[in-house]
Amino acid sequence: MIELEEVWRTYRLGGEPIHALAGISERIEAGEHVAIMGPSGSGKSTLLHVLGCLDRPTAGSYRLDGQDVTQLEDDALAELRGHRIGFVFQAYHLVARLSAEANVELPMVFLGVPRGERRRRAAAALEAVGLLDRRRHRPAELSGGQRQRVAIARATVMRPRLLLADEPTGNLDSAAGAQVLDLLDQLHAEGITLVVVTHDPEVARRAGRVLVLRDGRVAARLAGSELGGLERALGRGKPGP
Amino acid sequence: MSALDLIAFATTALAGHRLRSALSLLGVAIGVAAVVLLTALGEAARAYVVGQFEALGTNLLIVIPGRTETSGGLPGVGKPPHDLTLGDAEALRRGIAQARHVVPVVIGTERVAHQGRQRDAIIVGTTHEFLAVRRLGVGIGGFLPPLEQRRSLPVVVLGSKLAAELFPGQNPLGRIVRIGGWRMRTIGVLVPRGVQLGLNLDEIALVPVGTGMRMFDRTSLFRILIELGAHTELEAARERARAIIRERHGEEDVTCLSQDAVLGAFSSILGALTAALAGIALVSLSVAGIGIMNVMLVSVSERTAEIGLLKALGARRRQVLAAFLAEAVLLALAGGVLGLLAAAGAGQAVSWYVPALQIRPPAWAVAAALGLSVGAGALFGLLPALRAVRLDPVAALARAGG
Repeated sequence: MIELEEVWRTYRLGGEPIHALAGISERIEAGEHVAIMGPSGSGKSTLLHVLGCLDRPTAGSYRLDGQDVTQLEDDALAELRGHRIGFVFQAYHLVARLSAEANVELPMVFLGVPRGERRRRAAAALEAVGLLDRRRHRPAELSGGQRQRVAIARATVMRPRLLLADEPTGNLDSAAGAQVLDLLDQLHAEGITLVVVTHDPEVARRAGRVLVLRDGRVAARLAGSELGGLERALGRGKPGP
Repeated sequence: MSALDLIAFATTALAGHRLRSALSLLGVAIGVAAVVLLTALGEAARAYVVGQFEALGTNLLIVIPGRTETSGGLPGVGKPPHDLTLGDAEALRRGIAQARHVVPVVIGTERVAHQGRQRDAIIVGTTHEFLAVRRLGVGIGGFLPPLEQRRSLPVVVLGSKLAAELFPGQNPLGRIVRIGGWRMRTIGVLVPRGVQLGLNLDEIALVPVGTGMRMFDRTSLFRILIELGAHTELEAARERARAIIRERHGEEDVTCLSQDAVLGAFSSILGALTAALAGIALVSLSVAGIGIMNVMLVSVSERTAEIGLLKALGARRRQVLAAFLAEAVLLALAGGVLGLLAAAGAGQAVSWYVPALQIRPPAWAVAAALGLSVGAGALFGLLPALRAVRLDPVAALARAGG
């Protein structure tokens, strides 16, 4: 469960304060599927980084599963990220020199999971994303969709309760994107809390709830099913595809 | 994260940029090879010189006429020292219980000739004990016979090269050579021994000490060599020798040298030389260290996204530091091992061409070179690794990655 209270994230750019997040208060229940939308620069990614404990709020409080994480040391945050949070990035961020299997094993290497156990869990995670037969392949030998599925296997191999995805289909064609989204839906169905940042209404539509950000604030809260109102909320006034 | 995982991760990272890794590894290898080889060379030179002295034995006391201390007054005004005589040698023999051999030596240069062949040679007038004290060997014939010291006998023992030049293809035994105005019978030839302390023993001629003194019209010996039973008796013998001379001359007008003093001086000079060589070599090793730093800095900036990822995946600061340090240290260690192998090969080659220089890298140099290369890897890897640790994961991940 995520509780944000008056969360601010302020950068200084040439002496001028920029409020990437300007007082966000939000509650995301365990097992929810939330999409975050909004125009570029609205603070979507910053919010995701704060949720993922990669970035600290300048002000306000963030409680993850009842624990105030704004006060934690760097190493405690690393521990939290390792065990409780999984990340999926638009650019996949696979390590190019490592095989798919080694990429999936990577978090376990740094979290001290023994070798044999690592093999077993990496194989299971790759099997779950349908890529067990590609485990020896390097990222360059995989398609974009396959790379993102390897990244999902890596993000979930530690069985985190929270999965954060930043434009997970942004670099994929619609077929590969649908496959990735199905996989995320399946993980959500298994009980994971899923937060997805996206531009794409097709992606957001799958979420139970959509937060629309604007200038670092939540401009609208919609149900995934009422995305008809999305275009209005974004102020584009343009009919959907 | 186990050490094995750390090494495996660092190895894949190094393999990810092979050429760069190989080049900086080569830099370390050259640095380490330089350290090992140059110190080994210095050590070999020291061992060679020390070996020269030790061939004479370290329990040798050398009595030289004249004092080493500067006396007051104008130069040339001081009283000349007493002669060091055969009588003194005899007194030393009788007076020093520890002495195994007491050998008077007189030296001069004279023309040695046989049937039109002639050359200038150093003539050493001494006794039969000279053979043992200077560790010489007789090739053919015999050595100087034991004689009452003042007696003169027209016999000569030739150095091997001198004999070969005067008697090419002939047996010199029993033949007469002319030394200055003296006709001397050849009774033996030394085995080749080469240069010892600047004196080429293959080119000398040995005559009885009494003959030598008359030949050069000397009243004073060049020096007296006293060989003792053991090195530990040196100081006692030195005191005794001084006392005897003081009693006989009325003053202490001789200098008693031991090999120790000369050896110590040479050894410390060559030790300083070795240290200087090692210092030069260290410069090349530190250049190699900077090479490692460069490679690691490039590696860190190239792998910014990866570092961000590792942090997102839960890697702690210490682990990120360790991962990059391990990479630098592995590089340095591999370079160090390669450098040692290269140095061993080069050392073998030098020893092959110059047998006198036995290049055996001292154990401390090998250990130090390896330790230094690893230390340089850690030291010069630290800055890049700290840079990796300090990377902001959000900014790092924002860079496009694989």
